[in-house]
Amino acid sequence: MNAFYLPQASTQAQAEDRIFLTLLVLSGAVLLLVLALVVGFSIRYRAGSKARRGPLPAWVSHEVEIGWTVATLFLFLFLFWWTISAQLRLQIPPANAFEIHVVAKQWMWKVQQPSGVREIDTLHAPAGIPVKLVMTSQDVIHSFAVPAFRLKQDVLPGRYTEMSFQATQPGTYQLFCDQYCGLDHSRMTGQVVILSPADYARWVAAQPEGDSLAAQGEAIFASSGCGGCHGQGAAVHAPPLEDLYGSDVPLAGGGFVRADEGYIRDAILQPRKNIPAGYEPVMPSFQGALSEDQLVPLVAYIKSLKAKP
Amino acid sequence: MRDTETPQAAPETPKPAKPSYLADGHTVASWIFTTDHKRIAILYALSITVFFFIGGAAATLIRIQLFTPHNTFLTAGQYNRLFTLHGVVMVWFFLVPSIPTTLGNFLLPLMIGAKDVALPKINLLSWWLYLGGAVLTIVCLVCGGVDTGWTFYTPYSTLYSNSCVLLAAAGVFVVGFSSILTGVNFIATTHMLRAPGMTWFRLPLFVWAIYATSIVMVLATPVLAMSLLLVMAERVFGLPVFDPRFGGDPLLFQHLFWFYSHPAVYIMVLPAMGVISEVIASEARRRVFGYQAMVYAMVSIAIIGFMVWGHHMFVSGQSPYASVVFSFLSFIVAVPSAIKVFNWTATLYRGQIRFAAPMLYALGFLGLFTVGGLTGLFLAVVPIDVAVHDTYFVIAHFHYIMVGGTVSAFFAGLHYWWPKITGRLYPEWWAKFAAIGMFLGFNFTFFPQFILGYLGMPRRYHQYPAQFQIWNVLSSSGAVVLAAAYLLPLVYLMWSLFAGRRANANPWDATGLEWTTASPPIRDNFETPPRVETAPYDYHDPDIGPTQPNQPPRQPQAAE
Repeated sequence: MNAFYLPQASTQAQAEDRIFLTLLVLSGAVLLLVLALVVGFSIRYRAGSKARRGPLPAWVSHEVEIGWTVATLFLFLFLFWWTISAQLRLQIPPANAFEIHVVAKQWMWKVQQPSGVREIDTLHAPAGIPVKLVMTSQDVIHSFAVPAFRLKQDVLPGRYTEMSFQATQPGTYQLFCDQYCGLDHSRMTGQVVILSPADYARWVAAQPEGDSLAAQGEAIFASSGCGGCHGQGAAVHAPPLEDLYGSDVPLAGGGFVRADEGYIRDAILQPRKNIPAGYEPVMPSFQGALSEDQLVPLVAYIKSLKAKP
Repeated sequence: MRDTETPQAAPETPKPAKPSYLADGHTVASWIFTTDHKRIAILYALSITVFFFIGGAAATLIRIQLFTPHNTFLTAGQYNRLFTLHGVVMVWFFLVPSIPTTLGNFLLPLMIGAKDVALPKINLLSWWLYLGGAVLTIVCLVCGGVDTGWTFYTPYSTLYSNSCVLLAAAGVFVVGFSSILTGVNFIATTHMLRAPGMTWFRLPLFVWAIYATSIVMVLATPVLAMSLLLVMAERVFGLPVFDPRFGGDPLLFQHLFWFYSHPAVYIMVLPAMGVISEVIASEARRRVFGYQAMVYAMVSIAIIGFMVWGHHMFVSGQSPYASVVFSFLSFIVAVPSAIKVFNWTATLYRGQIRFAAPMLYALGFLGLFTVGGLTGLFLAVVPIDVAVHDTYFVIAHFHYIMVGGTVSAFFAGLHYWWPKITGRLYPEWWAKFAAIGMFLGFNFTFFPQFILGYLGMPRRYHQYPAQFQIWNVLSSSGAVVLAAAYLLPLVYLMWSLFAGRRANANPWDATGLEWTTASPPIRDNFETPPRVETAPYDYHDPDIGPTQPNQPPRQPQAAE
């Protein structure tokens, strides 16, 4: 970390820097042109100078005006097309991305690894493979920002937001909260530790033995009494959860909704929001009964449920 | 210094039979209950000056705190209150009203040849509303201030902040109505009170700028009022509009807020564009290059400006497809701004350029606005915004537009019309010195912040990692120069009120109806209602060009 250099530690950072540099050169050229003209005209046409004045040739007032309008427009359209196509390529995470959960609160980052390992203000992740952070906040809006990756994503209460990256080199990088979140906003910092996949596996193995995230979720599933309706042989007519994740759920009001993590979360906290077709709206809300820290493993468990072949 | 650069007092100016607006009543009541647009402009000028220095004092304390990484000069709580105060005061109590309510109020009726604005009592009411909002804000400050940032983001502002959010929101709510009334008044005035012969395409560009700004004020400000009401309702009555635990949506607030606050950027910068057009044409002694293109550019900025708010929300969690659309529209809205920069530059071509203080401010505007506009393009690009959003890069960008652009233009206009407003000439050398000081001090303060932002320093940080210190030291040192340069005009303009040389009716030999009446003007502006026969900016025969330095306008738009 020094005053003149920011490491370029993700594939996103490489793409961003390419675009940034191109824009810097282009806008530097435009700025120099404008400054050169302003200074040049100011000297040449200062009051009383000998330069020829005379009328403006007709083509200057018409063709030039239209010319630079069209040129600017096309330059901007080109820049838009070029940068947005790069962005769309970057932001679609591969389906097999490695998922890590982040829960933010005033003024702390809580991390839950898929292995069940928990961290505070530090996030370990493997290099060279796509990683997807699934994030939520317990209170106000925060923003998970890693300058070395040139990435940030706001973290909102009441929903999941995602940020995908692929780190290119092992190292320790600064993590900031970039969205003002109250008194100690400037102390809500931490670090992202990127390890080679082998080192990451060693790091996971070295942590105290514990259940995986999904196994922790199974315990919460049981203790919260979810199985009373959603379990095998339950008397209540409740939707089965096997193979739910990623499917399209038909709704009672018509239409479908994709069962992603946000859907599963809403179904637990606001069961009246999306009622699946063919079921009575009898499920109670677990708002206040389950914390964000418990919801993460519970959702992970429900995602892991597969129908028996 | 050549004499030609200084506005000259002409001895032959006939003394007006009627007293000037300044001499027309000397009681306090004749000022605070006046319906004269010129006196209301002065009331506004005094009020916003107070707030400019309150906001400036907050900025000074912020820059002192950031001089070292782990400074304990301010506590985190004090720091958060100070940057909120700085933002709220500078945006709503200085920048938004700055040019429209002072220069706009003073000049709009003069420029179109009217006796006053269309609704003089409403004009007075709008100043009183401003005062009401100002009192609420000062009470909020005295009661401990507010710590939400000027953006009032939910759910922090509604559910978590332990500061005087209600008072601050109420202050901004009230001052918003002052904006709306001013906007309505200016629109009515421009439509109804133009002098005979003053067709739409003979209007000075400053009038077009004020007109476009007024439309944005009237359409956007109610959305701000509504969002602040919802914040107050959630905070006081628990109405769960933004609270996600009850199905509310915190992002809804950001959509509403930026639906106002992005157009508000244009409320702040369009009037500046108007001022710069007047000053550059007068000082270059040339017709404005592409007058019609300039008009269409301002109108398109006002319209497209309403459709780009989502570029403040690329990392907020809004749909990535929405971001694509907002990125596209943000590029489009940059086109008319670029056209304006090219046209101002081209106006200098084949001119007879003088370099009085207003011109120095205007040229400073041109450079700083171009930097601000170009870095705006960076932020319209989604991957770059994802990297530098909420960092000092954004801070630097909007200060280049708001301070480098709008404040420079405000000073350009203040000096340019100072002889008309006060009847006195300001001291030219001091004014030039301040203009150069502001330009250098500004770059010195804000350019390092682009680098800080690229390196990742987040905004609104009370303490920061040590690696960012060198750039913060540069920025804070520049702020010293900038602060000194801002204090200078306060001193020498005050001095000129009492000891400045008297100005004649048209010290700049400029076109425009405001220069055909006395300096300072009489209560009813014109001895006889003016009639307009010529195109605007008739500085020279278009077939010949300005052949002589200081050539007077071809056919002065006489008040006959």
